[in-house]
Amino acid sequence: MAEVHLPKTLTGLFAGLGPVVPADGATVGDALTALDGRWPGLMDRLCEPGPRLRPHIRVFVDQSPAELATTVAADDRIDVVTAITGG
Amino acid sequence: MRVMLLVGTRKGLFLMDSDRDRRDWRLRGPLCESWPVFHAIGDVNTGMLYAAAASDWHGTVVWRSEDLGERWEQSGEGLSYGEDGPPLTKVSSLTATDGRLFAGADYPGVFQSTDRGATWTLFTTLEDQPAREKWLEPDASPPGRLGVIATMPDHRDPQQLFVNVQGFGLFHSADGGASWAPRNEGMRADWPLEDPAWGYCVHKVVLSPADADRMYPQTHVGVYRSRDAGASWTEITEGLPSDFGFPAAAHPHDPDGFYVIPVDPGHGRTVHDGQLAVWRTLDAGETWQQLTDGLPGPHAHLGVLREGLAGDSLDPVGIYFGTSTGQVFASTDEGDSWRQLADYLPGITSVEAVVWPE
Repeated sequence: MAEVHLPKTLTGLFAGLGPVVPADGATVGDALTALDGRWPGLMDRLCEPGPRLRPHIRVFVDQSPAELATTVAADDRIDVVTAITGG
Repeated sequence: MRVMLLVGTRKGLFLMDSDRDRRDWRLRGPLCESWPVFHAIGDVNTGMLYAAAASDWHGTVVWRSEDLGERWEQSGEGLSYGEDGPPLTKVSSLTATDGRLFAGADYPGVFQSTDRGATWTLFTTLEDQPAREKWLEPDASPPGRLGVIATMPDHRDPQQLFVNVQGFGLFHSADGGASWAPRNEGMRADWPLEDPAWGYCVHKVVLSPADADRMYPQTHVGVYRSRDAGASWTEITEGLPSDFGFPAAAHPHDPDGFYVIPVDPGHGRTVHDGQLAVWRTLDAGETWQQLTDGLPGPHAHLGVLREGLAGDSLDPVGIYFGTSTGQVFASTDEGDSWRQLADYLPGITSVEAVVWPE
């Protein structure tokens, strides 16, 4: 299973969702969809219809920039990051 | 009896609680994870609180609380125009009525929930309106991109609905939202109109709780009155310091009572001469009174946004407003005198007052 690291702004929205969670999936999108199965609505908070990542959400797989279609290996680390915005 | 103010800000929702006397207030917040809140309401029929919010990171949701604000959860399920539709950037306005909850959104549209905000379905995008072609153009919307800034039912007949589309004006449905018609006749526009039926910038419009045929809008260029549910409008700006402002509130018991807070129409968008003032008419706009007792000036350079002014339903009426600089002011004598209830809040976007029965 990949290890998904999530931002604090997201974990506060879903009961029982921690900052690091395991997820199955061949791609980043599959892994996030798996998390959405456990925490319904999570995918919507990270993706727009398409689906595509929201404009200020960045994802990295083992520290390399990634998209929803990026493939994921079983022991990969996925970082979901809130990009710099706001004030 | 519990009187509650729901204060939406750029950094979360705040709640203020008091009793019938409205003297002592307890402040709670920031709530809703400090998301920017555009509008928050309470529904006395269900006991629910709702807050429309949008995050740069996580999109648009409606927060909901079943216990008067102690615990909150969010839902955006169904708040979407779908895979092929335009993006939904924010929910700008909320209305609870007859067991339904309406959310006005940008791009312009209205969503409906019948399960207290848990899930949403698209109610209308005013498909039959020629103006729709214009407001779907990315560059045609006014700054802020608020879309539908109000959905207002006529409480005498749920089939009668008004929506206010930012920068385009008022539209009315007599058949529960199946079809729509513009209701802007008699309003002024100081800019060229593609069609005289629409293109009006109605910042805020209120229906009198005391007479549903009576409506008062504050527009970009004037304040108006309708005695025939928006079929025609008469300008009542004379006596005010400018024709420009954002918020408006109707007196809950007197159809001739109406409140506005005019501001400088230029870059400042702050109150005139640095004197914070609420302006009141008690004769349906024939004359205006400037109300300043207890309000700061002459160096109070602040504004009040579209949803920033509200009244409660008590007698004497309480009137409340929140400022762009984070103060909440209240009057419990219908506006004759004011006092500050809160300071140092984030910039305030909305204030609503709810009287909860025991």
